[in-house]
Amino acid sequence: MTAPLLVFFVLAGLAVIGAVSLILQKHPIHSALSLIVVMVALAGLYLLLGAEFVAAVQIIVYGGAIMVLFVFVIMLLNAGVEEHTSISKMAGAPGLLLVVALAGLVAATIVRSTDSIQGTMQTGVMSSTSGVSNMIFREFVYPFELTSFLILVAVLGATVLAQREKS
Amino acid sequence: MPTYPMLEYLWIIPLLPLLGSAVNGLLGAKWSNKIVNSVATGSTGLSFLAALEAVREFFESGQQLFHKEFFTWIAAGNFRAGFDLQMDQLTVVMVLVVTGVGWLIHIYATGYMAHEGGYYRFFSYLNLFMFFMLILVLAANYVLLFVGWEGVGLSSYLLIGFYFLKKSAADAGKKAFIVNRIGDFGFMLGMFLLFRAFHTLDFQGIFTSSTLQGWPVELSGHLGTLTFACLLLFMGACGKSAQLPLYVWLPDAMEGPTPVSALIHAATMVTAGVYVVARSHVLFIHAPTAMLVVAIVGCATAFFAATIGLVQTDIKKVLAYSTVSQLGYMFLACGVGAFSAGIFHLMTHAFFKALLFLAAGSVIHAMGGEQDMSRMGGLRKKIKWTFATMLTATMAIAGIPPLAGFFSKDAILFSAFQNSGGQHLLYLFGLLTALLTAFYMFRLIFLTFHGKPRYDEHHVHVHESPWNMLVPLAVLAVLSIIGGWLAAPALWGGPNYFADFLAPVFGSPAGVEAASEGAVGAHQLELVLAGVSVGAALIGLAVAYWLYLKRPGKADGLAHSLKPAYTTLLNKYYVDELYAAVVVKPLLWISTVVLWKTADVAGIDGAVNGIADGARAIGDGVRHTQSGNTRSYAVWVVVGAIVIIAVIFFWPFGFRPVVGVVR
Amino acid sequence: MVPTNYYVILSAILFGLGVFAFIFKRNIITIFMSIELMLNAVNLAFVAFSQALGKLDGQVFVLFVIVVAAAEAAVGLGIIILIARNRQTLNVERVNLLKL
Repeated sequence: MTAPLLVFFVLAGLAVIGAVSLILQKHPIHSALSLIVVMVALAGLYLLLGAEFVAAVQIIVYGGAIMVLFVFVIMLLNAGVEEHTSISKMAGAPGLLLVVALAGLVAATIVRSTDSIQGTMQTGVMSSTSGVSNMIFREFVYPFELTSFLILVAVLGATVLAQREKS
Repeated sequence: MPTYPMLEYLWIIPLLPLLGSAVNGLLGAKWSNKIVNSVATGSTGLSFLAALEAVREFFESGQQLFHKEFFTWIAAGNFRAGFDLQMDQLTVVMVLVVTGVGWLIHIYATGYMAHEGGYYRFFSYLNLFMFFMLILVLAANYVLLFVGWEGVGLSSYLLIGFYFLKKSAADAGKKAFIVNRIGDFGFMLGMFLLFRAFHTLDFQGIFTSSTLQGWPVELSGHLGTLTFACLLLFMGACGKSAQLPLYVWLPDAMEGPTPVSALIHAATMVTAGVYVVARSHVLFIHAPTAMLVVAIVGCATAFFAATIGLVQTDIKKVLAYSTVSQLGYMFLACGVGAFSAGIFHLMTHAFFKALLFLAAGSVIHAMGGEQDMSRMGGLRKKIKWTFATMLTATMAIAGIPPLAGFFSKDAILFSAFQNSGGQHLLYLFGLLTALLTAFYMFRLIFLTFHGKPRYDEHHVHVHESPWNMLVPLAVLAVLSIIGGWLAAPALWGGPNYFADFLAPVFGSPAGVEAASEGAVGAHQLELVLAGVSVGAALIGLAVAYWLYLKRPGKADGLAHSLKPAYTTLLNKYYVDELYAAVVVKPLLWISTVVLWKTADVAGIDGAVNGIADGARAIGDGVRHTQSGNTRSYAVWVVVGAIVIIAVIFFWPFGFRPVVGVVR
Repeated sequence: MVPTNYYVILSAILFGLGVFAFIFKRNIITIFMSIELMLNAVNLAFVAFSQALGKLDGQVFVLFVIVVAAAEAAVGLGIIILIARNRQTLNVERVNLLKL
């Protein structure tokens, strides 16, 4: 059991526990906090994979902005404990089976196709931050500009949507 | 090359009655009887004159076989059937009989049907029948003959069911058509076989083909193609000419008006079967088994029908069974190879049987519609002309010389004696039938015209028929007397003009061949046999005289003492009941239970309705996916995702969407 | 070294848990959070493959995914607020009619 492997299992276990907790918690705020745990664990995993920039962005944007947004909305709406209704018949036993099937299918497919790939550590000239920024502003400059446009649209949309009715 | 305009336009002969039928049928409803009369009788009369002219031209051309194709009717692949008409000696006989007797009966019918409703319809149908019958006799190939064959069956149905409001009449029409159809089935199969063997259905094509010349004579018991084909054609003839076992429609056909019975069921339509067998004699000669079958069936039918006729009380039924019996004689003649004798009997039979029916119609007309002989009697003095003509016809049918029936019947019996091998069974039964014929015909005469009147004289006013009914009777009576004289000279060693006339068609008559070997001996034998048959006729006459004139009560006493036999004969051997139980009932059962209830209702309707129900059921099931519930939609999204991933990654058929680097 | 397959399996597990939450939770906001979980799982897979193949395209893609997820979260939460105001409920099973 090498050190990276141990760290991996710890972080992976943390992520899975966080995800399971998201499902099992009754109050949405607890679920949000569980999700934050998952994200932090994932950031750790990114670090393990040698992607420092992505790990940092994950914590700042996901953990610091998106999840905060979620928490704000939960508190704004006074979301309470989830009530227990069961109108939908499909989302019961069939749903469970299908979920397992889906997860298994995805895993099996990818594993079957990628048995031979092993990872290597990234060092050298194309290391994370400068390499990523080079790629963004060279090959992926159009998608980059478009995503900034997308964010603008999202901001406008969110503002319009959340306005109070003009009474 | 002299031209023969009538022969060139031979189609006029059948066309005239067709026009008369169309005109009467379409326009006759509003016309008076007189106009309908003139159209119908006129067209038939003109057709008769045209036939005479065609015959005259035929003689003028030296009796050459005339054959012309007027237009090509069917041309499909190897099969060609044209509207071919021909004129040869056999056609001369047939066409003159059909048009001549037909015309006389038309004249008679103008008087008989004068007070009936649907006058124009009757004559339209009658003319239609003439058209089809003429097509039948003039045809030069089997296909056109079959057109006429079916057409006369149709006309027969229409005319038998003329009083269609009467259930028994409508049923009789249906019975006639259906039983005919069974025969037609055999006829068609025979035609198919012939086409397969000879690749043509033209008479000249088949009869003169080299295939046929080289065909070995098919031995008795060996069922070759020709035997089969001939037997199948004979099956058709049995249906049309009312032989065993398809005779059952003819007695029922008496439901039609009497002129119909005279024309169709005595003189012309029922003789079509004999005509076909005679026309195909070349084929039959190559298939002795078939000829034997024809002879046996004909003889058996003759005897069988004669026994039934012994006890019937309806005057028309007696005549119907008599017709079946006489047709049996004709087939017997053909079966033993005496085709010209069969045709001769056909001709004489047309005369005296038509006369018998017309005279019976006259009696019925006189009695105001009564047909039961047990309620007649003593009419001799009251309807003299009818009596005289009917007596003439009876003497003719009984075979009393020098009337027509004697010569034709004698020719048949002589050929039967010569050709039936050692046992002479056919001859014996033929002779016995002659005796029975004489008996029941004279029984008819005595019951109807002699004795005390057995009807209420106050209610029934017996009156003689009008002139337009009597004249045809008289003409036919004359023909019954002189009709046989064409063959008469043979009796004292002279030529048989009729057989000689038909010799180019049938070859030398069998009697002449035998005569050339032992001329004197054969001739003496013929005279002896003639004497024997006359003797049989006289015995029959005497018995009838004794039973019905001398000792009137004796007949009833005899019937009483022989009760079982009597009832069997009275009920026509229960054949109709047998057919009903064995054929009709199972057929109806199959139609109702199997085909209708099971196959149609449960099967086909079930399948079609089932598909509709299935579609609806599927819809009912699939409806539940659109529930409005977001969570189930989410599940469906997962299902879709699974399906797509599975398809993309596990599709085995070569098409492999780009998976990219993962590979 | 950690084999890439381990990351991929973890990604699949997280994705499956995300789908599970998506189907079984009734609160709209929780369902939304499960979507974020799914996106994160995918991101993990991207980065793992980026490291395995020695290219940086995976990480760039992850950045774009994060950006899009942020935009989507903003707009989505706006819609959730509207629904909560109009239907006075956060239970997704009660939101099944277009008309009130």
